[in-house]
Amino acid sequence: MIDVLYFAWVRERIGLPKERVETAAATVADLVAELSAREERYAAAFADLSALKVALDQELSDFDAPLAGVREVAFFPPMTGG
Amino acid sequence: MSVRVDPAPFDAGAELNRFAAAQTGAGAVVSFTGVVRDVAGGLLEMQIEHYPGMTEKAIAAMVDTALDRFGLTGALVIHRHGVLGPDDPIMMVATAAPHRKDAFAAAEFLMDYLKSRAPFWKKEVTGDGTGWVASKDEDEEALDRWGGA
Repeated sequence: MIDVLYFAWVRERIGLPKERVETAAATVADLVAELSAREERYAAAFADLSALKVALDQELSDFDAPLAGVREVAFFPPMTGG
Repeated sequence: MSVRVDPAPFDAGAELNRFAAAQTGAGAVVSFTGVVRDVAGGLLEMQIEHYPGMTEKAIAAMVDTALDRFGLTGALVIHRHGVLGPDDPIMMVATAAPHRKDAFAAAEFLMDYLKSRAPFWKKEVTGDGTGWVASKDEDEEALDRWGGA
C-alpha cells in the first residue's frame, strides 16, 4: 500500500487530496499508467506529465524513479511559492 | 535557523528586529518581504496551498545550504498559507552575514529556491472566477545562476 497525494489543480481534477493505493507498479510512470486507466478524471489529470512534478517520500523525484520502499507519492503542478 | 510555515499574519518589522538582535558577528542583515499583488485588477483573495511536511523539510534544506554556502550567521524564512488578501504580506526572508554581499546573495538564493522548490501553490480569486497561478520559465531559469537544480 502506498499513500498517493494530490495538490492544487491535480487535486481538483481528480477530486480528492489523498488516497491509499494497492499497487505493484515498479516506477512512478507505471503508477501513473495504472491510475490513468482507472477513470477519466485520472487520465485528464495525468494527460501531460511535462506539466506535473512528483515527490517520493517528500523529496522531488522523476517519473522514471522506482517505487520500491516508497511510502508516499505526491503529484502536483510546478510550485508557485514566494 | 528559523523556518515558519503558518496561516497567521506576521509583523515583518518585529520579526526583523528579533532576528537581527539574535545575531552575533553579523555586519549585514538583509530582509525581503513578499506581498500579495493584484496583477490584473479585481483580486479578491489569494489562496495558498502547501504540502505539510515536505514544505518544512524543503525550506530547511535550502536554508541549510544557504547558511553554509554564504557563511551566514543566521537565516529566517516565514511563509504563510491559507487565504490572503491583496497587499497582505505572504512571506519574508531575512539573512545575516559578516558582509553585505553574502547577506544579499543569500536572500536572493533563498527567494529563488522558495519560488520554485518549496511546495506552495497560489490560486487567485477574482470577481470573474478562480485560477491557479502558473509557474514562470524565468523562475526556473533563476535557479541556473546558482548552479543547482
